[in-house]
Parts: sequence; C-alpha cells; structure tokens
Amino acid sequence: MASLVGSRVERKEDKRFLTGKGRYTADINIANQTYAVFIRSPHARAKIKKIDTSKALKSPGVVDILTGEHIAQDKIGGLIAGWAIRSEDNSEMKCPANPPLAKDNVNFVGDPIAVVFAESLDEAKAAAELVKIDYKVLKAVTSLADTMKSETIHDGIDKNLCYDWLLGDRQKVKEAFDKADKIIKLDITNNRLIPNAMEPRACVIDYNTASEEITCYTTSQNPHLSRLIMSAFGGVAPENKLRVVAPDVGGGFGSKINLYNEEIVCSWAAKKIERPIKWIADRTESFLTDTHGRDHITHAELAVTNDGKFLGFKNETIANLGAYARVFGTVTPTYLFGPCATGVYVMPAAYSNVKAVYTNTAPVDAYRGAGRPEATYTIERIVDKAAIELGMDPIEIRMKNFPTEFPFKQTLVHQVDSGDYIAGLKKAKEMADYDGFAARKKDSESRGKLRGIGVTTYFEACGIAPSPVVMMLGCGVGLWESAEVRFNPTGQVTVYTGSHSHGQSHQTTFAQIAADELGVPIENIDIVHGDTDKGTFGMGTYGSRSLTVGGIAIVNACKKIVAKGKRIAAKMLEASEEDVEFKDGEYVVAKSNKKKTIGEVAFASYLPGVRDEVKSPLPEGEEPGLIESSFFDPANFSFPAGSHIAEVEIDPETGNVKLDKYTAVDDFGTIVNPTIVEGQVHGGLAQGIGQALTENAEYDESGQLITASYMDYTMPRADNFPEFNLGFTCTKATTNPLGVKGCGEAGAIAAPPTVMNAVINALDGHEIQMPATAEKVWKACKEIKKTNAKAA
Amino acid sequence: MKKFNYHSAKDVKEASKIASSSSVFLAGGMTTLPSMKLGLASYKDVIDIKKIKKLSGIKVSGKIITIGATTKHTEVANSKEVKKAIPSLAALAEGIGDPQVRNRGTIGGSIANNDPAADYPSACIALNATIHTNNRKIDAEKFFRGMFETSLKSSEIIEAIEFNIPQKSSYQKLPNPASRYAIVGVYVAKHKSGTNVAVTGAKSCVYNEQDLAKALSKNFSSSAIDNIKISSSGMNSDIHASADYRANMVKAFAKKAVDAC
Repeated sequence: MASLVGSRVERKEDKRFLTGKGRYTADINIANQTYAVFIRSPHARAKIKKIDTSKALKSPGVVDILTGEHIAQDKIGGLIAGWAIRSEDNSEMKCPANPPLAKDNVNFVGDPIAVVFAESLDEAKAAAELVKIDYKVLKAVTSLADTMKSETIHDGIDKNLCYDWLLGDRQKVKEAFDKADKIIKLDITNNRLIPNAMEPRACVIDYNTASEEITCYTTSQNPHLSRLIMSAFGGVAPENKLRVVAPDVGGGFGSKINLYNEEIVCSWAAKKIERPIKWIADRTESFLTDTHGRDHITHAELAVTNDGKFLGFKNETIANLGAYARVFGTVTPTYLFGPCATGVYVMPAAYSNVKAVYTNTAPVDAYRGAGRPEATYTIERIVDKAAIELGMDPIEIRMKNFPTEFPFKQTLVHQVDSGDYIAGLKKAKEMADYDGFAARKKDSESRGKLRGIGVTTYFEACGIAPSPVVMMLGCGVGLWESAEVRFNPTGQVTVYTGSHSHGQSHQTTFAQIAADELGVPIENIDIVHGDTDKGTFGMGTYGSRSLTVGGIAIVNACKKIVAKGKRIAAKMLEASEEDVEFKDGEYVVAKSNKKKTIGEVAFASYLPGVRDEVKSPLPEGEEPGLIESSFFDPANFSFPAGSHIAEVEIDPETGNVKLDKYTAVDDFGTIVNPTIVEGQVHGGLAQGIGQALTENAEYDESGQLITASYMDYTMPRADNFPEFNLGFTCTKATTNPLGVKGCGEAGAIAAPPTVMNAVINALDGHEIQMPATAEKVWKACKEIKKTNAKAA
Repeated sequence: MKKFNYHSAKDVKEASKIASSSSVFLAGGMTTLPSMKLGLASYKDVIDIKKIKKLSGIKVSGKIITIGATTKHTEVANSKEVKKAIPSLAALAEGIGDPQVRNRGTIGGSIANNDPAADYPSACIALNATIHTNNRKIDAEKFFRGMFETSLKSSEIIEAIEFNIPQKSSYQKLPNPASRYAIVGVYVAKHKSGTNVAVTGAKSCVYNEQDLAKALSKNFSSSAIDNIKISSSGMNSDIHASADYRANMVKAFAKKAVDAC
C-alpha cells in the first residue's frame, strides 16, 4: 500500500465547506433562545459613574440586563494572562484585573460594560440604546513611545509597565560591540494588525436546568482550555458541568485562542436567566474587541566586522499589550520574540530587552507568527542594512553568517535540531532568478519605474515544548497534546484529537497519518475535535503545533493500537508475537500465508468468543476492545526555516508599490499533504504581505480606533499578490517520529522583511516603516530625487 | 434596522407622490441599505423604483448617450454602444466597487447620493452631462452642490442622464487601498468646445479643475500641465492620503489621463 503521507489527498473538508454545509456557531439555534447585545464603552479611558437600566428594562422583549455589579455579586472571575513573565530585576509582572463586565473603569473603546438579553436581536439592540451610562472621561494613553511617561492607567502599575524583561548577556554584548569595526543601527516599527478572521466571534449557550449542565458553543481555537479557564478562574461552573464545543470555526490566526468576556458572561447568564443565549459579534465589534497583533517599536544594533561577520546583536523593544494582559499577550513579545531575534545566524553575543506596556487600546495577543514575525523583521532588516553599509550583496552577508553544522545552538535559547540554511537560500536564489534582477531593473527604469529585490532567511520556533520547560518559563499549563484512537467493531476508525481545526484541514492530514499507521483506507477514518465531551483534554491549535504535537499523539496512539492488535492477532493465528509482522493493515505470520486484517482483529477484540466453545481471541489478561490514547510532549520545539525573495516595482509618480514576484523556499521537514501546506504558505504570505504593504490599525489620540471597518482598514486582496513561486527543501525534524515541522506561520514571518527589503532596495536604501503605503513611498521618492539633484 | 414601509412604485408619478421628507428612493440600495442596517439612516417610507421600466436602458443618438437612472453599472460597462461612443465611461463603470456592487448599483443612485469619492459624478462634469428629472433638466455643473448634496428636491426623481460624446477622454483613478473608492479620480474629456478635467475624491465634492482644463484646452498634451501647481487648500485629508498628496495626485492622474487619451 502506498504511503499517504506526502501525497496530495483531496481535502475531506472540501465538500462541506464548498457546498455551504459547514456548521458554524451562528448556525446553531436553540429553542427559546434569547439574543444578547453587549453595551460597550465609547471611551478609551473613563470611570463609570452610574449605570441606569430602568428604562431599558421596560423596553419590549427585554428578558434581563446584567452589569459588572451582578458579575461581582456572583464572584465571577475575570480574564487572565496565561504566562507569568519576570522582569530583569526578578520582580513578577504586573497585571490589572480584567472583569468580564467592567464595573468601575473602562480601558479601551469596546470594553464591555453591560449586556441586554431580549426575545429578538432588534429588541435587544433597541433596549441597549436606552441604557444610560454616566462616565467621567479620562485622558487616554495611546502613544506607545510615550506610554511610560503618561498617566497611570491601572492603579498600582507604575509607568504602565507590565515587565522589563531581559534575555541574554549585556556584558558579553558590550565586549562584542567594543571589538566591532562597525555598528549598524536601526529603528523600526512593527505595525499593529487586526486579525480579521472571516467568521466573527460568537457564542451560543444552552443551560439544562435539570442536569445543571452548561453547553457553550463558541468560536475557539482551544475549547478544552476555554473550559478550564472558565471553570477554574471564572468560577462559572465546575468542569464536569461545563461543555465547550467549537464546531466549524472560520479562521482564528491567534485571535480565537483567548477566552473572551462574552463567553464567560453568556455562560454565566444562561444559568441566571434560565434561558439559552445567542451572541454574534458584528464586524465593528470584531475590529474593536478581537485581540490585535504585533505593535512594537524597536531599536536594534548589530556589531559587524568590515568583512561582514556578525559579532553581536542587541534589541530594545517596547511592546504594546493594550488595555489588559491576555492568554499569550505576555509571552508573545518575550519568549516567542527575544530568542528568535538573532535569526538564523551564528551570533557570538546577544540580548533582547523588552518593556511591555499597557495602553488604552484593545488587548494585543498572539497573531499568526506571534513574536517571531517581529523578531525576524528586526534581524532581517538590520542584516540588510549591514549589507548596504558594508557594500555587500545581501545573499553573501547571510551565507557568511549561517551555521554549517546541526544541531545548531542558537545564541539565546534554542537548540535547533536540524536545518540547512545554505541549501534553502541557494534554491531560492535560483528559483527567483536573482542573477537576472539587473536586467529586470533596467527594464523597469526604461518605463520610469523603480525596481527592488529583497531577501530574507528565517527560522521559527514552533510547537512550543516540552511542558516542564514551558512551565518553568512561566506558562500556566503544559503544551503537550492528546489523541485517542478508537476502532469500531466493524473496522472503521475514529480519531479524537485535542487539536482544533479552524481552517488547517486536520480532517485530511490527520486521517492520512492514521491511515498510514493503521493500514486502513482513509475513507474509513474520521477525525473528531472541538468538543470537550468528545475525546480527552487537549491544548488546541496555535503556534504551528497541531501536526508536530497533536499529529504525533495520533501516531503514538495508533502504534499502541497496532501493538495490542498484534498480541491479539498472535493468539488468533496461534503464533508467537515475535513471528507476527504488521504491514499494510495486516498481521502476517512470518514464513506462512497465515494472516488477519486489523479489521478482523478489531472485530474479535469486541466480540471475544465463539458459540458452543469457551474460546477467546484475547491473550490472557488482555482487555476487550481496541481503543488507545496517547499524550505527546515533544522533547523540543520544531524549527522550520526558509529563504524568501521578493521583487517590487514602484511608480515614483504615485508611490504605488506593485509586488511583482515572490519566491518562497521553505523547509518544513516531512510534508504530509503538499496541497494543504502550499495553502498554508499562501495564507501566511498574504497576511505577511498585508503587514508590509497595506495593513495598519490606527488609534487617534483620544483612543478611537480609526480603522474600525473595511472602508479604512486595508485588508490585502487577491490583486495585491503575484502568483507565488513555491519551493521546498527537506531536513527532517529529529524530535518526532514523522520528521515534521510546523508550517502555518512561515509566510507571515518571512514576508514582511522580504517585501520591505525589496521596497527599501528600490528606494536606494531609504528607510521607511511598514506598511509601505503609496503616500509614504511617494514622499521617499521625492526625497531621493531631491538628494540626487543636490548630489548632481 | 428600524421598521419602515416598503413601496414598489409602478411609475414615476406614483413614486413621487409617496415621497416625503422622511422617505428614500431605492434603486440598487448600495448606500441606502448598508446605512439603514448600520443604524446610520432610517426612513418612514422606502420607495422602490426598480420596477419602473422607463427608468432603465441606454440610447445613443448623434452626439449624445442617454442612460436611464436605474441602469446598472454592469450594463454600462458591457454596453457595446457605450464602449464604442465613450469607452472611458464604460471603463469607469467597470471600475466601480466589485461585481456584486456593479450588478445592483445604478447610475442614478450614484449621482443622487453624490458621494465625494464616487466615480460617476466626475463623468457627468467631464462629459457636460444633463440630468433629466421628472420635473426638469439640470446641468451637471449645477447639480452637484456639496458633500452628499445635490440640487434634487425630495420628491424629485432622476429619470436619465444625458452625456455628450467627447472627441477623446479617459478616466484615471487612484483607488483607496481599503475601500477602493477614489482617493483621486480624474476624468479628462476633450470636447470641440474645450477640455474638462473633472476631479472626484480630492475635495468634498466633484469639481472641474479649471487651471488644468484651461491649459489642456489650449494644448492637449500632458506636458502642457507640467508647470501647473495644484493647491492643497480644500483637499480632503485622511489616514490614506494627506491633502498635499491628493493635490499632487490630481496632477499626476490628469497627466495619466491625457496620456491615455
């Protein structure tokens, strides 16, 4: 039987999604449901003086209106930060309370204050308009650069500083810098992004008054974790009385990792009002209250020799947490950012210093890549700047500083098990026709246009592990994953995974893996996920962890099934276990034609006997049935890497940047399904290119989000992209039996510096910040023209 | 969305009769319906004029193209007559919004709404259009009064728009990267009587850029406007484009338009 791992199996999900048969949270309706509308702060920072719901309560169709006062009375807990980070001086980070409904203070536009439940959505909306709230409006803190000098937002959090974190050795870096021929300096902004999942957040809550069980259908990337937090920290209900289901979810990109205010409030309220509740965010609520991404300002320095060897690196970053610290909010700018900031290079000394601050903006959390795009942008931009200042080719300077041996001990934390950065960059250079660039530049110039080429080499650390290390660093949970594999008596297989698919195609990829392990046709394998009542506890999907952690748990559970099956088969075949070989779904006795299929073994395991005789196929002490589970905790992260090359053409008359060519060569180790992996690369590139060229979340001084709709927030569209030119190299991961590495975030990590290096190359090294919008580029073109005229 | 009375008018007379200060005419609904859904606008009566056959269609006679008010953008974009007589007008229609918008949005709706960044108002100015209503004929120059403001009265319905076929013309647009509305759209049309340079997106209302128009009337070549400086005074300014950038783009896109003629 041919292996399915590595083949372009058509997606099992396609039929459902392409025919509109997906079942999303908004598709779920429960008899007698009420509709929830949240009343949110219109101010970025204010004290709540008084809430008057009396008129609204009398509005037609209103069932109830609840506020922060009710939350406090019922002692419902708030939202939490998932990682505790310590400052350089060893003090613990400072986090404000974040109640599900604000009672005394609001801290960003969209902060929820009260909720109306009514018989219809229109009635809920009409009543919401009648709730009167008196505010004392305070001065908002929105400028990241000035945050530490501004008024204190949260009582007791001095300078609005959550932590001042250091990774690395300042002294060693100083010594390295003292020896340098040249210090390259760079100031960059990592622009704030809004994830914009296609499906807005939603929840539907059912409460069974007899069993007292709450069922929360929600748009989550990790339903098990949501249940844990809602129970352990929210105190909504004990875990056994709380079921969380994340059915089809239309994209997350990190924004649906968090448990949000609305899920806690509605789950708690359904019990209180003894009615089911339905809440669906409108698009404006999504813009205002989904966690945002990135938002750093960084000063970086790179110490080099005149011939382009790197001696040391440092980066000083201010990271915006927004109004509150959420699940991955505090780790994204630290352990997911700092270690990767030295990139794929041998760097004798380095440190990353990050100050994470609170502002009166929406909470900032993990967004596709989470920390690693920011890190890669920092190092890949400064490496390019070094090449410019030293008069070197950007490929040459990179090649000069790559590690040549693996495992590669990366400067700050990571022990990179495998990779070949030289091979990747060589392949990218060839595929991008790097050597033909000069001719293409000339052609552009003949048409009055500017052309630039940009290179990036990245590595990323994903599938965060192992759990004891993760928890040592401050994570509140371990980051293993679980799987359970169940054979039915008639031979089909159901695989339960703790991972969650919200676009990743697990139904297909995981079935391919299980089919190979068990020798069962892929049609007979179903993947079940997203329901705390089905399958074991799991940690969910984010940080490119599903295949490298969740997929391996499935492999290991399948191996246990095969092992148990072998014991049973040996008994059935009257052979010794050592003489039985399992291949392509069959147990075969060596040097004989005696065999049993795994389906026959499964059948026998459930029906262990025959008529008229006391005879069992099960060896003595073996339990009936064929079900196995596994919890996999990898020994290390996985380290995908790659080289990307972009070419842009700029119209100096308008500043319009056209991305003309994009080549991506990635090393994801073993590839299970090339079509799905290519889709992941495309999606990541789209978001990364969006960050480089179009996307930017902007708040005004008073803390109003100016880009709160698609009229102003520039999501990239298909016509912003060229045909992507994809290639792959393969060095297998040594930390898992499949040799797989994560692939979900690569594009979003590599694209911003690749595109910006190309833009800045076209602008003769003139620095501009992301996004490279037309007006910015036009201004740069004008300045270059002026400078050139002066020089002439 | 607040409750309202829906009327489907069988003719212009009926539609006009129902109209009041708290009513709205509904054609494609591309602005009206989202505004109502978002709670930005509410009306007592919504008067649907889509079923009035007389209001739709394209006619060419001599030097004039007449387009009915409820003619959809896609119909203008694909019309053989328009493509032949004023290709730039068909291209403008092809560049409005997206396929969904073009399949529902109408020329009359666009003009009546007079969004400062809409495309069609620039065509009306550049092509010396006359707007026919159920009461009168209005020159385009007098029709567009200000931001979202026209000289239409509340019971007045646009029936058709009459465009003069120019000798040469081109519409060039710098789209807002997010909304794809015009940051600056410049419609250059050379008529026997002179050249118009209609600009949309740049100010609060479409206008004829007189300095450029005069220069091009004398010498229809992009180099003729090289030394003209466009003032940024009165230009819109937002996160996507400052007033200064817009002013510069008016000239850049006027040049592109002349070169494309």
